[in-house]
Amino acid sequence: MNVFLWVIVPYLCLAVFVVGHLWRYRYDKFGWTTRSSQLYEDRLLRLGSPLFHFGMLGVVGGHVIGLLVPRSWTEAVGIDDHLYHYVAVIGGLIAGVMALVGMTILIYRRRTVGPVFSATTVMDKVMYAFLGAAIVLGMWNTIAGSIFSLGGEYNYREGVSVWYRSFLAFQPDADLMADAPIGFQLHALVAFGLFALWPFTRLVHVFSAPVGYLTRPYIVYRTRDERPLGNAAPRRGWDRVG
Amino acid sequence: MKVMAQMAMVMNLDKCIGCHTCSVTCKQAWTNRTGTEYVWFNNVETRPGLGYPRTYEDQETWQGGWVRKDNGRLALRSGGRLKKLFTIFSNPKLPSIQDYYEPWTYDYETLTSSPQTDTFPVARPKSLISGKDMNVEWSANWDDDLGGSQEHAARDVMLKGIEDKVRLEFEETFMFYLPRICEHCLNPSCAASCPSGAIYKRAEDGIVLVDQDRCRGWRMCVSGCPYKKVYFNHKTGKAEKCTFCYPRVEVGIPTVCSETCVGRLRYIGLVLYDADKVLEAASVEDDHDLYAAQRSVFLDPDDPEVQRAAERAGIPGDWMEAARRSPVWALINKYQVALPLHPEYRTMPMVWYIPPLSPVVDVVRDTGVDAEDRGNLFAAIDALRIPVEYLANLFTAGDTEPVDGVLKKLAAMRSYMRDINLGRDPDDSIPEAVGMSGEEMYEMFRLLAIAKYDERYVIPTAHAEQAHALEELATECPVSEYGGGQQDAFGEGSGYPTPVAVENFRMLQDRQTADELVGGGTKEGRVNLLNWDGKGSPEGLFPPRGDS
Repeated sequence: MNVFLWVIVPYLCLAVFVVGHLWRYRYDKFGWTTRSSQLYEDRLLRLGSPLFHFGMLGVVGGHVIGLLVPRSWTEAVGIDDHLYHYVAVIGGLIAGVMALVGMTILIYRRRTVGPVFSATTVMDKVMYAFLGAAIVLGMWNTIAGSIFSLGGEYNYREGVSVWYRSFLAFQPDADLMADAPIGFQLHALVAFGLFALWPFTRLVHVFSAPVGYLTRPYIVYRTRDERPLGNAAPRRGWDRVG
Repeated sequence: MKVMAQMAMVMNLDKCIGCHTCSVTCKQAWTNRTGTEYVWFNNVETRPGLGYPRTYEDQETWQGGWVRKDNGRLALRSGGRLKKLFTIFSNPKLPSIQDYYEPWTYDYETLTSSPQTDTFPVARPKSLISGKDMNVEWSANWDDDLGGSQEHAARDVMLKGIEDKVRLEFEETFMFYLPRICEHCLNPSCAASCPSGAIYKRAEDGIVLVDQDRCRGWRMCVSGCPYKKVYFNHKTGKAEKCTFCYPRVEVGIPTVCSETCVGRLRYIGLVLYDADKVLEAASVEDDHDLYAAQRSVFLDPDDPEVQRAAERAGIPGDWMEAARRSPVWALINKYQVALPLHPEYRTMPMVWYIPPLSPVVDVVRDTGVDAEDRGNLFAAIDALRIPVEYLANLFTAGDTEPVDGVLKKLAAMRSYMRDINLGRDPDDSIPEAVGMSGEEMYEMFRLLAIAKYDERYVIPTAHAEQAHALEELATECPVSEYGGGQQDAFGEGSGYPTPVAVENFRMLQDRQTADELVGGGTKEGRVNLLNWDGKGSPEGLFPPRGDS
């Protein structure tokens, strides 16, 4: 069971994530968009969307530090556990609350503003459920686990993070995850579920973050070019004979 | 010198009767899909009026176009690259659907399915955005023909500074129509605003297009365009704009709006320009100099040096020939009667306008004096500052001198041609008064009044060696998805793109020139009038002549 939950499922989700994105990019570039609903409603979006997105950027940054930087590295530069814990909890709380409040506003908007609601697909709803669950569980882990120490002391940098790095190195150690508190386990499972859904939702727009805008010239000229624009070969324009 | 060719348009506003045929045919061809109900690539505005979307010219509010900074460099009015990225999660300057209008349809079914009642059943308007009942309170031309002008026209942004002089009492108001399409600017601020780099200017003919595969729906182009001619398709989540009907233009047919223009007021042709000088010209200090600066960017196709440079730049010979015959070039440079729309946005727009003389003529005629007389017309142009200042706000950033010049040329042409038409001796002092020769004036009259189809539209075809890119079988046509996406797993518009849904023009040409009907069958009684564009006479359309 441990191997299934903490080795097989994560790798399956990762595979779906990678292959799904390749497939989507190849076959559905036209559908690759943020699908903005700002045209329908502006007031709530103006508040909720930046809150949520900037909060999520903080959350992602926090996860990168928490999961990928080993404890020994931070100790080597003189950051002790207490200081690290302090920074992580404060930063995590701020980012998490921003994301959560933003998401609440956005979901409220999506449900109550008629045009926005009717433009919501089934995939959107499923994605919201997973994303919301992942954020709530993550907040729970931070508040309950790290501040009030409910269910005993647990240093995720010794457990979950090590497992995650072993997972990325393709030498997964399922036992580390099996020993983690249930909150962390659920958070990880929901997150992997979200990763598996990712390529099939509007979340793909994350990978279109237009950082190239900072360096490209303002005006783009294009000449008709020999190479087709897409990766997929152009479809045959004639019927096969016989 | 870097010679580039630009497909450009000139509209003669004196001839526009405000029939909206251009808007309707354009919409039928390009934007009659869900998600683009409110999108008018071509719209016709009554001026004075609010325009579409409402008050789009108020750049203090909408922040479109470029501004010249104190150091002499151009910057996007809505902020540079970093600011754009920081506001990407919620575009601060996006017009809402209310600034356009909420599109609607009618619930026609109740008319046929209603049970018997005492009162007539009514087809109620239903919003195409929310699906609910709605009150129709605005549309793309709600203030057409100065409708509600007391309320609306007074808020026209272009009346700023002269509002105290303009009396909007209905009987004293002057009025004209302004058809607008995308300007296909030399310095497009929509392209500069696009974070994804999806909007591009075609190097061959300067048409500005949105690559539907690269657009990610950040909506910055909508804010960036000061003419508000990029629209957001709310179903596919992608930006769409006027394509200058590129599939038609590539095979030498004019755009749909031009082809169907009842007043025949549109001219299409090439203009050569020096791409190296565009930025410099767009950055001149005084707004009033922008009109002259833009003209200085254009290159004379008869200049041997320009011809050599064009050859080096790979511009084909037939394109050079078309540039020499271009009616647009003649109206802009030779006769100098065409003016750009809002040069103060510094985007170097390439759809130019011949300002209307008719408001002036109408006033003169109403006073009972001879409205064809040069003296009366010149005096009226000098005296009637309101139309002139208003036109200057539209076309020359407020500088009345070029507008005066154009109106006087048109007035001179009017009285010069009257003499000719009445069989009198032409009075060469009339063209001389506006710095033209009698012959030039007659040629200008020909071009403005009676030019035939192939004189008004001088469109060189795209080259055969590029033809593979024009075939609709490939998916590489940047906007081939204009046919509309299908509803797929990821929401509307996702899935495999469908090719361009407009007429396949090569097939059209084949049908007209082939010996047999496409698909076989007898010719008699089998002519598709929908596809017949008036060229040639397909057999079977007319009864056979006696001699054949």
